[in-house]
Amino acid sequence: MVTITNLHKKFGKNIVLSGIDLNINEGGIFAILGPNGSGKTTLIKSILGMVIPNKGTITVMGENIKHNSAYRNKIDYLPQIANFPSNLKVKELITMIKDLRGRTSEDEYLINHFKLEPFLNKKLGTLSGGTKQKVNIVLTFMFDCPLIILDEPTAGLDPISLIRLKEIIKIEKDKGKTILITSHIMSFVEEISDEIVFILEGKIHFKGTIAKLKKNTNQPNFEHAIASILIDNHA
Amino acid sequence: MLKILKYSFYDLIRSRWSYVYFMFYLMLGIVLLFLNTDLSKAVITLMNVIIVLVPLIGTVFGVMYYYSSKEFTELLLAQPLKRSSIFLGQYLGVALSLTMSLIIGLGIPFVFYGLFKSNAIWDFSLLLITGAFLTFIFTALAFNIAISNENKIKGFGYAILLWLFLAVIYDGVFLMFLIVFEDYPLDKLSLFGIMLNPIDLSRTLILLKLDISALLGYTGAVFKKFFGTNFGLIVSTIMLSVWVILPVLRIVYISKKKDF
Repeated sequence: MVTITNLHKKFGKNIVLSGIDLNINEGGIFAILGPNGSGKTTLIKSILGMVIPNKGTITVMGENIKHNSAYRNKIDYLPQIANFPSNLKVKELITMIKDLRGRTSEDEYLINHFKLEPFLNKKLGTLSGGTKQKVNIVLTFMFDCPLIILDEPTAGLDPISLIRLKEIIKIEKDKGKTILITSHIMSFVEEISDEIVFILEGKIHFKGTIAKLKKNTNQPNFEHAIASILIDNHA
Repeated sequence: MLKILKYSFYDLIRSRWSYVYFMFYLMLGIVLLFLNTDLSKAVITLMNVIIVLVPLIGTVFGVMYYYSSKEFTELLLAQPLKRSSIFLGQYLGVALSLTMSLIIGLGIPFVFYGLFKSNAIWDFSLLLITGAFLTFIFTALAFNIAISNENKIKGFGYAILLWLFLAVIYDGVFLMFLIVFEDYPLDKLSLFGIMLNPIDLSRTLILLKLDISALLGYTGAVFKKFFGTNFGLIVSTIMLSVWVILPVLRIVYISKKKDF
């Protein structure tokens, strides 16, 4: 599905990714984990072509993404910080994205699912953080793409919306889609992900199932397993 | 690209600033016509205002729009769109909406005054065409500056400096140069110097069209000989187009390499 070979990226003197090799197979939920500033978002943005790597190749469904934009038709992306043009109404934004990407009817179901009807005619600048995130989620899941990338999807969501988000992620997974998630909420990751990829200082430190991680680190609890990796590497 | 252009254009048309800009030109046109009662004199006064103000508005608006639509741009970058079409679409949206405010704002009072029955129509059209060129040039330059500077304050600073340089400082340096080397024949050189600055080029074009080149003395005669012919007009138009095309190409080039 996604193949990354020898990916390097630095911003000025700051080396963010140094030689990432990653192969993500089709189907299932993959969680990309790592401490703050470990390069999770940079990795995701490289897959999306928003960050141009210094070295290395990325292929998405067999297509090299360099100088290519059409492959993004197959990706749904939920950005980390929902920043929208503030003088646009929610309805207008949804119409606009539909106009840019093609027809879909999923939006009505999603708006209903996240109870966004009362906000449709409000301007995006006036919405609260959580409501913006819901709009963000609607925009992401509106299209039926085989690859879904979610960067901190739980940020700012209330418990009910979180449950609804999990439902949607499960539905999409059952359709056989590949889902990449970054999150700092360990219980959320443990609950939904099939496999985790742990990034540390720009390299992949661990890739495999949660059970394997627990075994490797000799920890019964997932949160402690992650913490032990961090402690071992900083001590 | 056309879709991005459409959305940027609508977004700007709805913004308050477009109306302010439009109303300003409307008022300017009306006031000038009332005070002058002579169409060709009004055109000259208008020229002096347009030559300085249009580049300033283009610069400030371009930088402002780029920075304020950053979020929108990031949203678009994750969509299956080419980077060049995103940035060119936004650029054209800004440039076109500014040009529209200029042309409609100035056009309405002049049309009501009886422009179509007057001989000044060609002078007036030339004024609007150079105004449109200046808008496109300075919006493109502003986008260049904004795209290369993440820091808004720096971006604004450079943009204003650029405007100040081309609108004021360039002329000063140019004049000093002419005074220092006044013993040499400078007509060809000054012609060349004017070609290199879009603001000077526009000003000279309009002045010569208005037939007041006699005021410029011998140099005026040389200019008249050059700009008055079709060749001169074509060369000037090409120069103005180059001033649009080069910055636009740089927008495309930089946008392809930039990280978001």
